Amino acid sequence: MTTPAIELKNVSKIYRRYGGRQFATLKSALLQRSVLRDLNPTDTFPALQDVSFTVQPGITYGVIGRNGSGKSTALKLVAGITKPTSGTVSVRGRVSALIELGAGFHPEISGRENVFINGIMLGLSKREIAERFDEIVEFAELENFIDAPVKTYSSGMYMRLGFAVAIHVDPDLLLVDEVLAVGDEGFTHKCLDKFAEFRRRGKTILLVTHSLGVVERFCDEALWLDHGRARAHGDPKRVVDAYLTAVEEGEEELLATTTARAVAAASNVAGEAPVPTAGESAAPAAPAATAAPANDEAQPEGGIQDMFLASEGRWGSREVEISKVDLLGRDGEPSFVFHSGDPMAIRLAVKAAAPVDDFVFGISLFNAEGVCCYGTNTYIEEMSPGRLDGEVSVLFEVAALDLVEGTYKIDVAVHKRDGYPYDYHRLLYTFRVKSRTHDVGIYRPAHRWSFTGTVTFSTPE
Amino acid sequence: MFSNLYQLLRYRGLVQSLVARELKARYRGSVLGFLWSFINPLLLLGIYSFIFTTIMPNRVEGVQPYALFMLCGILPWTWFAASLTEASGSLIAGGNLIKKVLFPAEVLPIVSVLANMVHFALALPIVVIFLVLYQHPPDLAGLIWFPVAVIVQLIFTTGLALVLAAMTVHFRDIRDILANLLMLWFFATPIIYPWSQKEMEAYRRLFNLNPFTHLAVTYQEVLFFPGPVGHWRWLLALGVASVLVFLAGYWLFDRLRDSFAEVV
Repeated sequence: MTTPAIELKNVSKIYRRYGGRQFATLKSALLQRSVLRDLNPTDTFPALQDVSFTVQPGITYGVIGRNGSGKSTALKLVAGITKPTSGTVSVRGRVSALIELGAGFHPEISGRENVFINGIMLGLSKREIAERFDEIVEFAELENFIDAPVKTYSSGMYMRLGFAVAIHVDPDLLLVDEVLAVGDEGFTHKCLDKFAEFRRRGKTILLVTHSLGVVERFCDEALWLDHGRARAHGDPKRVVDAYLTAVEEGEEELLATTTARAVAAASNVAGEAPVPTAGESAAPAAPAATAAPANDEAQPEGGIQDMFLASEGRWGSREVEISKVDLLGRDGEPSFVFHSGDPMAIRLAVKAAAPVDDFVFGISLFNAEGVCCYGTNTYIEEMSPGRLDGEVSVLFEVAALDLVEGTYKIDVAVHKRDGYPYDYHRLLYTFRVKSRTHDVGIYRPAHRWSFTGTVTFSTPE
Repeated sequence: MFSNLYQLLRYRGLVQSLVARELKARYRGSVLGFLWSFINPLLLLGIYSFIFTTIMPNRVEGVQPYALFMLCGILPWTWFAASLTEASGSLIAGGNLIKKVLFPAEVLPIVSVLANMVHFALALPIVVIFLVLYQHPPDLAGLIWFPVAVIVQLIFTTGLALVLAAMTVHFRDIRDILANLLMLWFFATPIIYPWSQKEMEAYRRLFNLNPFTHLAVTYQEVLFFPGPVGHWRWLLALGVASVLVFLAGYWLFDRLRDSFAEVV
């Protein structure tokens, strides 16, 4: 077994906070006799906890994780910019870090001089830079501007030059932190090509990125960091999948709390308001009014113009009450995240205080822009009400949720045929639709492409 | 600490190019460019000459022309004061480097000191030209003390610069305090008044405690006064003290080093 290019053993990094102050003043420190105290950290924040991983030479290693999960800290530790609080970091070979491109460029002096100084900072000698200078400039596509002061550069030019210098350090180990987004398409391709060239030459790359596609395509191994701990490592596809699943769970939790909060808030307001007596509506007039049965456009989804008034809320007499709303996924369990095309069901737990013979169940679905994607109710679908009594369950099933990716909210309601609301839940429930395809619009009709004649597509890598 | 100090030697190429960059950047875009290094002391000399010969004539025996005498002390002081002011802000200004590039932070305050030393060196020819013009040639034997004074000042200033740079990261008001302190220090040093003055007698002991006194007096004795340089014992003592200041400053800087990337 070869010596690893990077080895982290039980590494923890604890960032220190200094007295919770932004900028201390010496004056106040002297007055409070706290100079020594202020120079010692008072609070700590663990950025990495007991993380171990090894990267063999020649491997492209991807690090993924949410913001704040410690990815960049890990990279800085490998680069030697910060030191671990405990544990050991060992790195072999010349390191070049693409962490901040063009850090240390001086705006007043020319690109040429900055290339030299930046190169020296990254560990090259003057002669080495001189040898590579033309190549650097050509790579950065700055032949015509290299003698202009860097302050006149556009941010893209600046980044390109920074990237070009860093990549031409010719490191044994390249550290890349989310820099693939520099420059235009063409330049990004050039960067990826350069990475590929690095790999061919058996160099090690440590890549921190949010672009999971790049990890899947480029990396030989991957590590997933979560809240400073290593959650998984190994085969990139598996790591990415595990990560995506966790992200979904996180979203699910978030949507669950948002929904719970919205319902609680709306219900509280309704609880405080006097319960309207029959015949008068305590609800905002607009949605109820448009729900008049004479209008073929039925109840909850009052049409576009109502969306300007739309806000979360709950109103109604509560003679019939919707006590619980669940969105059910493929497995019949309550969920908040669905995949496009999956089956989905909305289950209402309804309770009638006294038997009623005039009732309509309605459901409508809005996207994040507030556009009504679909709305219906039992009355439009020509189910004439008979009798509703006691606790019942209403299930609205969709065989395939053909929506594009996004966040959606739903209205659920039970009301009389003339629109008089028993219990109206407006935009209280939120769910998310995920999709592998990034198509656009409101609705995804089930579809298929077919071609005749000479039409071919190359399969992506 | 000493291994870090040794490492610093490896970075001399970087220090060199950063000093060069600092100097180039300062004059980039100005019409006169490097000439400013000569013009500044010239203007200073002109103003002092006008004031001390016409407006407030100073006729103290032995320190004529007075303006030239003052310049001998002011130029090293400017190097000292500007170095400390710039060094104290250097880590904050270079925060990007410290956080994102593997790079020994002490390079930054050291560059401030060295860049100002170059300015000092560029201003010297003006002094020499005027010393000759005024037929006030310096004592050649005493000139050997000049590089000693420069080295002592360099070590002393670097030591202080390291302390200030490291502390300013944590206490941002040090820069403001420093500006005032330097003003006070300037007047507490025999630069605009001669050390040999009668009125000074009673305060000599006190003045001896001020390290810059010995530097200023040495420069004046070497460049301006004809006699043998009599202050060298003090200068050497200060040299020893400066090495201690430097080591203490470097130790403090090294101790706080890991906090820079987090606090800057």
